Amino acid sequence: MLEIRDLHAVVEGEDLKILKGVNLIVNKGEVHAIMGPNGSGKSTLSKVVSGHPEYEVTEGIILFEGEDITEMDADERAHLGLFLAFQYPVEVPGITNKTLLREAYNTIARANKREELDPLEFEDYLVSKLDIIEMKDEFLNRSINTGFSGGEKKKNEIFQMAVLNPRLSFLDETDSGLDIDALKVVSNGVNKISSPENAIVMITHYQRLLNYIKPDLVHVMMNGKIVKSGDISLAEELEANGYDQMQKKLA
Amino acid sequence: MSEETKALESLIGEDYKYGFTTDVEYEDFPKGISKDIIRELSSRKDEPEWMLEFRLKSYHAWLEMEEPEWFNATYTKPDFENLLYYSAPKNRPSLDSLDDVDPNIRETYNKLGIPLEEQKMLAGVAVDAVFDSVSIFTSFKEKLAEAGVIFCSISEAIKEYPHLVKKYLGSVIPARDNYYAALNSAVFSDGSFCYIPKNTICPMELSTYFRINNMESGQFERTLIIAEEGASVSYLEGCTAPMYDENQLHAAVVELVAMDHAEIKYSTIQNWYSGDENGKGGIYNFVTKRGICKGNHSKISWTQLETGSAVTLKYPSVILQGDHSIGEFYSVAVTTKKQQADTGTKMIHLGKNTRSTIISKGISAGESNNSYRGEVKIGKKAIGSKNYSVCDSMLIGQTCGAHTFPYISSENASSSVEHEATTSRVGEEQIFYLMQRGISEQNAISMIINGFVKDVLKELPLEFAVEANKLLDVKLEGSVG
Repeated sequence: MLEIRDLHAVVEGEDLKILKGVNLIVNKGEVHAIMGPNGSGKSTLSKVVSGHPEYEVTEGIILFEGEDITEMDADERAHLGLFLAFQYPVEVPGITNKTLLREAYNTIARANKREELDPLEFEDYLVSKLDIIEMKDEFLNRSINTGFSGGEKKKNEIFQMAVLNPRLSFLDETDSGLDIDALKVVSNGVNKISSPENAIVMITHYQRLLNYIKPDLVHVMMNGKIVKSGDISLAEELEANGYDQMQKKLA
Repeated sequence: MSEETKALESLIGEDYKYGFTTDVEYEDFPKGISKDIIRELSSRKDEPEWMLEFRLKSYHAWLEMEEPEWFNATYTKPDFENLLYYSAPKNRPSLDSLDDVDPNIRETYNKLGIPLEEQKMLAGVAVDAVFDSVSIFTSFKEKLAEAGVIFCSISEAIKEYPHLVKKYLGSVIPARDNYYAALNSAVFSDGSFCYIPKNTICPMELSTYFRINNMESGQFERTLIIAEEGASVSYLEGCTAPMYDENQLHAAVVELVAMDHAEIKYSTIQNWYSGDENGKGGIYNFVTKRGICKGNHSKISWTQLETGSAVTLKYPSVILQGDHSIGEFYSVAVTTKKQQADTGTKMIHLGKNTRSTIISKGISAGESNNSYRGEVKIGKKAIGSKNYSVCDSMLIGQTCGAHTFPYISSENASSSVEHEATTSRVGEEQIFYLMQRGISEQNAISMIINGFVKDVLKELPLEFAVEANKLLDVKLEGSVG
C-alpha cells in the first residue's frame, strides 16, 4: 500500500536535513508503530508523507498503491485515501465540525467518482459514527477544535478518521496528553476502524499505547532514519532499556 | 513569501470586476465650490430658501474648518476646486415603469447583478436607485404610502415634507460636526429620506444602490431616517463603482433618529473601486454616519461589509440618549493591495441602563493597512450601562498592517465595559489541516475567512447576506498559484 524509498527531506528553504534516508513498507491490513526519541524525525515523516508544504523532499520517493505521490498536493493525497491524525489539531473558528466533514467527505467522494451525500443523508451517516469515540451529537455543531480540551481534540481526529474512512492513517502522537480513560476511548475507536482493508501507522514515544492497539510491526527511528524494525518485543525492549542504550548497541 | 501566502494574496487581490463606465449624457455644471456654485446648485434643484440658507451656513462653517489628519492613513488630499458638485443624467424623467429607464443605466445595473427587476419586487424590496446625484427611479412607493411610510429622495422630501426635513436634518450630525460633514451639508446632491410613523413596522426592507459614474464628480449623498415611537425599519445600502484613475471623493452623511421603542437597522455593503496594484486611483470614502436613540427602549444597529475604496474613514456611531436604549455595530472591513481603512464606531452612553455591542473583524492582505478605531463613552448619568467590544484582526501575508485604537471612558462605577482584541494570521497550519482532509486550497482559505466573519455576516438581512457572500467570494476567487 505504502512504499517509502530512501526518503530525504529538509525544512523548505533551509539546509538542515531532518529525514536522512527512510525506508518503509506498509501493507494492507497492517498496523505499524514508529517509536523514537524527540527530534528523531517521526512526526516529520508523517507530515512529509501527507504533503505538508513546509518540507521539501530532496531525495527518494513515496509510492501509494504504486503511484508516485512525492510531489502531490496534500488534498490530492487525501483523495487517494491518506489521513493524518494531527499531533496538535488546528483550531478553525466559525466553521463547524459538521461543515468541515461534509465538505471533506463530498470532495473526496467527487474525486473518486463516488456518490455524494446530501445534508440529511450525511447527518445520519455522521451520527452513526459518533459511538466510535463516545461523543454526543452537539460535538458536530461546534467550531473545529475551537475551545476543545486536549482530549477532545484527539478524539475529534479519530472521529474524522472514522467518517472519512481512509485507506492509510498516520496517527501522530495521538496518545500524548490523554488521561487513561481518554486513551482507552481513543484506542477503542482506532481498533474499531482498523480492518483488513486499511492500514495504520502510529507514531508514539511510549509503549503504553501499544497495550491498547497491537502493532504487527514496530520501527525505531533515530536521527532521521529507521534504525531497527521488529515485533512488539522491540517496543518492550525499548520500554525496559530506553533509547540511549539501543543507540549504543547499534553503534 | 511562501506559495500559500502568494495564493492567498492572489485570491484576495482579485481585480475589480465592476470597472466599466456607462455612456450617459450629463448636464453642464461648472467645477469648483463657492457661494455662487451653491446658489446655482440649489436653484437647479428648485429648493426653498431655507434649504439654501442651510447650505450657505454649512459652507461658511466648512471654510473655517481644517481638513482632519488624525487618522491612520496617508493620501493626496482632494482638490476641492477641481470637483464637480452637481451632475444628473440629462433626460431626467418622471418614471412610471422600468421600461422608461435609460437602457444604458439598466444595462449597468444588470452588469452589477443588481436585481432591480421583478425578482426584487417579488422579494418585497423597494428600490430607490441613485444614479449619480439624482434619483431616477423609485418603486413601491404606493405600497409604502399605504402603510404610511415615506420613502423618497431627499430632494423630494425637502419639497414635500419640509417640516420633517427642517426638524431633523443636521439634528444628529450638525454641519460643524466635522470637515466632511460640513462639506456635505453645503453641497449634498441627493440621497434618501425615510419616515416611519408611530407603531408602524415598515412592510419591506428598504434599499438604495449608489453608483459613482461621473468622472471627477464629487458624490455627496445625504440620508435621513426617522423612526417614530414603536416604529421599525431595516435599511440596506450597497454600492459598487466603475474603475477610474482619478481619485473620487465620497463624503456622505447618514442620520438616524429612533424614538421610544423604535428600531432602525442599517446595513451596508461597500465595494467601490479601491485603486490599482500601485495604489493609483480608487475612491476616498469619508462618510459620517450617526444615529441617536432618542427614545427609551429604542435600538439602532449598524452592520457593514467594507471591501472597497482606496481610503475609508468611517465611524458609524450611536448616541444612546434614551434609557434602556441599545446600540450595535457589526463590521467586516477587508483591505487588499494598497487600501487603507480606518474604521470603527462610537457608542456614547447617556441614558440609564443602556447597552452597546461592538463586533469588528478586520482582514488585511497585500500592502494594505486596516485600523479599528472605536470609542466607548459612558456618561455620569448612564448608570447600569454595559458595553461589550470584540475587535479581531486577521493578517494575510507579511506586508500588511492591522491596528486597534480603542478609546474607553466611564464616568460612573455601576457600568461595565468589556473589550477583547485578537490578531491572527491565516496560518499555513490551518490551510494544511483542511487540505489534509481533502479540501482544495481555495476552499480552505474561503472557509477560514468565512468562519472569521461569520459573527458579523449573520447580522445582515437575509437578502443581503447572499450578496455579502457573493462579494466575499468575488474578492476571494481566483487562481490558486
